[in-house]
Formats: sequence, C-alpha cells, structure tokens
Amino acid sequence: MRALVGGAVAGVVLAVAWPVFAQPQDQLAHGKQVFQYWCATCHGAGPGHPGTDALQAKYHGAQPALLEDRTDLKPETVRFFVRHGVTVMPFFRKTEISDADLDAIGAYLARRR
Amino acid sequence: MRLPPGVSQSDFAAALTGFEATVGKDWVFTSQEDTDLYRDAYSPFWGEPEEKFVSAAVAPASTEEVQAVMRIANKYKIPIYPISTGKNLGYGGSAPVLSGSVVLDLKRMNRILEVDEKNAFALVEPGVSYFDLYRYIDERGLKVWVDCPDPGWGSVIGNALDRGGGYTNALYRNHFDAHCGMEVVLPNGELLRTGMGALPGAKTWQQYKSGFGPWIDGLFSQTSLGVVTKMGFWLMPQPEAYLSGTVTVFRRDDLIPLVEIMTRLENQEIYTGMPLFGSTLLGGLEPGDTQRRPPPAEVSAILARPGEPDWAALERFGRDKGTGFWGCRFQFYGPPKVIQAQWEYAKEQLSAIPGAKFQDGELFRIPLSAADQERVQKVVFGIPNLSIFFIGARSDTNPNPTEGHMWFSPIIPRTGEAVFEAQKVFGDAARELGVPISPLSLPGTYWRRAFIFIMGFPITHDPAVNKKNREAFKTMVRICAEHGWGEYRTAPAFQDEVMATYSFGDHALRRFNETLKDAVDPNGILSAGHYGVWPKHLRGGRA
Repeated sequence: MRALVGGAVAGVVLAVAWPVFAQPQDQLAHGKQVFQYWCATCHGAGPGHPGTDALQAKYHGAQPALLEDRTDLKPETVRFFVRHGVTVMPFFRKTEISDADLDAIGAYLARRR
Repeated sequence: MRLPPGVSQSDFAAALTGFEATVGKDWVFTSQEDTDLYRDAYSPFWGEPEEKFVSAAVAPASTEEVQAVMRIANKYKIPIYPISTGKNLGYGGSAPVLSGSVVLDLKRMNRILEVDEKNAFALVEPGVSYFDLYRYIDERGLKVWVDCPDPGWGSVIGNALDRGGGYTNALYRNHFDAHCGMEVVLPNGELLRTGMGALPGAKTWQQYKSGFGPWIDGLFSQTSLGVVTKMGFWLMPQPEAYLSGTVTVFRRDDLIPLVEIMTRLENQEIYTGMPLFGSTLLGGLEPGDTQRRPPPAEVSAILARPGEPDWAALERFGRDKGTGFWGCRFQFYGPPKVIQAQWEYAKEQLSAIPGAKFQDGELFRIPLSAADQERVQKVVFGIPNLSIFFIGARSDTNPNPTEGHMWFSPIIPRTGEAVFEAQKVFGDAARELGVPISPLSLPGTYWRRAFIFIMGFPITHDPAVNKKNREAFKTMVRICAEHGWGEYRTAPAFQDEVMATYSFGDHALRRFNETLKDAVDPNGILSAGHYGVWPKHLRGGRA
C-alpha cells in the first residue's frame, strides 16, 4: 500500500489551515505533502497516472513526464494550471487547495530550478 | 459583484454579512477570481451567455453552520446550491442549475465519524472523498472495502446522492442502495435524521435502513429538498481472495444467451463481482483498453463503412483471428475453494453456448501485494484512483484532447435483444448526428437488474461544436424516450429535458415532486431546478 497523507484529521488540516512557515524547508515539506494528497493521484509515477502519461505524450521526453522531476517549473506556472485547469484536468477551488497550500506546492515543484 | 436572480444588492450584502458571521470571512467567496473556481469545468456552455455562474460561495465546517446558512438564506430568499466535493464532472461539476445561486461548498465538512469493522459500515460527512475513506481504512488496517466509482476524488455522499455506481460486489455497487441512514438539513434550517436515526440515541442508525413509517431517504437523492450532512454506508468485508474467468463467444447472436446466462448467474449470486462485458473484436475488456490501444485496422475499416456494419465480416474476423465476437470476464470474491467452484459452475452453464471458449484468470490473495496492486484494475479491489482519465486525456492515441465530456447514460433492459436494438438505434442516430458512438458498444453492468449505456459527448471551448453536441444530446434523450429508455442521471444542462420524458400520467411524477418542493421549501431557495424540479416562482422558465 502506498504511504499517503490520510484520514479525516489530515484532510481537515489540509483544507482549513493557513500555514505560516518558519523555515523554507517547512514550506517544501508541506508542499510535498499537499502534492502527494492532491496531485500525485494523477501526476505520480507508474501505471495508472493519466497526468503523467499526458505530459509524456505532450513532451515525448523533452521534459520529464513526472512533475516532481521538472527543473523548469515556476510557482506561478503551477498556480496557473491549478487555478485554470488544462484539457480534462479541472481547476481546484480554495476549499480544496488553499492559496497557502498552492504556494507550498509551487515552492516544492520549483525547488530544482 | 454578481447578484443572485431576484435579490437586491442590500439583501445580498446583508446575507453575505450573515454568512461571514457564521463561517468566518475566509470561507465566504465573492471575488470573480474565487467564484470562477465554481464554474463547471466541463460545461457544455463554456464561455457562452448561458453558462451557469455563481454569485458567491460559502463553505461551512459543521452541520450547525449549514443550518445557520439556510436560515439566513431563507430570510433573504437567497438561492443556495450545495456541492460536496464538486467533482461531479461530466454530470455538472460544481456549478448550480440556477445561474447566480450561492454555492454551499461542503468540502470542509470532511470528518470520517465512524468506521465499524465488525458490522462493516461507515458514517461520513459530505467532504469525505473515496481517497480519504480508503486511506483512513488502510492506515488502520481495517478489513473492509469501499466500493469506488471510477474517479476516486469524488465525495462518498455526493456520488451516492447522484446515484452513482462502482465495481465490486453487487451489494455495494449501487452507492445509494448501499447507504444506511442520513442526517439532513431541511431548507428552513431544521435538522432531520432518517431511518433509525430518528430515534434519539439509536444504536442501529447504520444497521437498519428504514426505521419506522414511510422511508423517505430517496427524496434526498437527486434532490432539491435538503442538504445531507451525514450519511452511513455499508462496506464490503474484505474477501479472502479474488478470481476472474473469461468466456469468449464467436457469433454475434451469441450475445442473447450470454446475457441470459450472465444475468441468471448474477441473480443466483454464483458470481458477486461486476461482469466485464464487451466486444473482443475491439481489444481488451477493461475500461479504457480501446482508448489505449486502437482496435485492429480491419475491424475499424469494417465499422467505418456507411450503413449497418457487415456483421458476417466481423464474425469471420473474430473466428479467423481467434478473438471471438463478445467476451465477458466474470469476477468472484470469497474463499478460494468457494470461488473456484463458482467459476467451474459458471463454465458449465456457459458451455450451453456452442463454441464458447474459457480462460481461467489468476487467483489473487487479499490483501494484494504492492506489486499486484500495480497490475490490476484497482476499482475492482476497492482501491480509488484516477486512471479513468486515460479516457479523454492526452495520449499517443489521443494527441488532441478535448476539454472534458458530458455523459449520456440511458438505462435499457438486461437482454441481448435490447442491446441489439439499442446498438442499432444509437448507431443510426450517431451517423445522423455526427457523434462518435461505436456500433459495437456494450452497456455497463453496474446494476444487477438493468443495463446502462454510457456514452461520452466531448466538451470543447468552441461554442459551435458544443452547440452541435448539445443538440445531439437532446435528440438522443428524445430518441431514447421514444424507445422506452430513460437516463439515470444527467448534467444540469439537460435535467429539464430528461425530467420531461418521465411524463407518465401527464407528468404526475414531476407534479408530485413540485408539491413536495412547495411544502418543504416554500421560498424555493434550495437547488432550484435540480433534476427538473423548480420552485413555484421559477416554474415558468422551465425548459
């Protein structure tokens, strides 16, 4: 079984908290956690992840299909796609991914720039 | 700021102040940037004047806050449209039926209140997704399964209330049928519990459905009569093992005995999993197989010819290549020696079809190993995921993806003859309307007693294409009704049209629903127009 952020309590924290991070690494850790919860179900590794497969079909290896392996992503790019969607990926409301959570996902996916 | 229809600026401002006092300012959304996130991402009216918008969204965290919001909405006659997780994509998403409504976003109500392993039930709030409930159970090592629909990010309550379905044992696949007990906030803010929950201190709210007196739970599905804030569900005890076995038949007409035997075996509970049913001419039997791998070129060429397909040529292809014409994978849950015996019995019965060929599937012990999880159809094992988005997402076989889809889903009788009739009717209509429906499409087997055809109409950001598809969709609704087939569920854009087809007794059903609506929600503030039921003051605008 995959280790995932789970349960009702984690769900409440993710949806309600407006975290203030003492250290940048705290934000990265939170970003990774939120990415795992919200994004990895479609953009994770292995079979059965249509987001990853779609990016493979789009870039044919010119960019990594896995978002976590990208070195070119900016937080504002991540923000745009989460709030606007693309093709069959819908946009996400703030009750799902708050602005603070989205900043953390952006920081996490931009960490390799 | 956008205003709800028929509401003054001052009343709306007063209502918003009340909402903020109830849920906190952070959880009332009024800016266009925020309210645009409540558009239906798969709207068939995307970017057109008819697209539904929301004037505001309010996100309570508790039943008490929902009650307070409803009281304020009643005071100022604010139209309210509840959503749970807002992921009802293809059937409406998070946008209201009545444009300008305030969305009551229940995503923050995400508590899993109870999972009882011994009696195999759960009690949850509407913001709990299938992923959430699965993870909760998995982390605690509880030996119960959740029956999931294709996309695992939806609400357990929301999917059941929209009468969605899943993939495991027939007892759990119909998600509304598998519920037991509700808590409902009525339009006036009053709190109601159904079934045994109406008895204060009841010990069996999630164990006995109907309680005492008329059983009213159905009134709160596809509803505009209440906001469900808690709901119980029966879970499937984790089986010891899973087994599948596939039968392939070679003549087109073999479908008739195949369906007859398949149905009899299911109603006798010889197999309890969902039969995976399709044309082996097209490739694999799993959902998405034909999207991942195009059908053989010879089959595509035969199907592309104008007029009715050359069935004899297709039969020849199936015989020569050994693919057969139709296939069905039977699925079994239980102790190994029991399910192996069940499959042996099923094979005996299916051998009545001349030339039927059988393939024994692998037996999986439960719980699955991590490696096995990666090579099975996860929903069959109660594991939520999003792999269904292979259909529609960009891929090598679909380099130009659309912006979504809307599902057209009529219920038809569970016979081979009905399938042939539906294939002909849908095939003829598809050719005339220019929509992609394969004449070899087979219906889904989610429900035990009836088939359901599920066809995806593409959504684009081109209004002309969307208009053509909307018209085609409405024509299909009409054609189906003429044949005695009705849709089980549809997006808001078509709810009036579909409800109008359920017209027995001069629309007696709709009139009864309207009578209830007027009694329970006299101000007509809740989910106006949902599933074709409008409050009195808006009935004139009904399609």
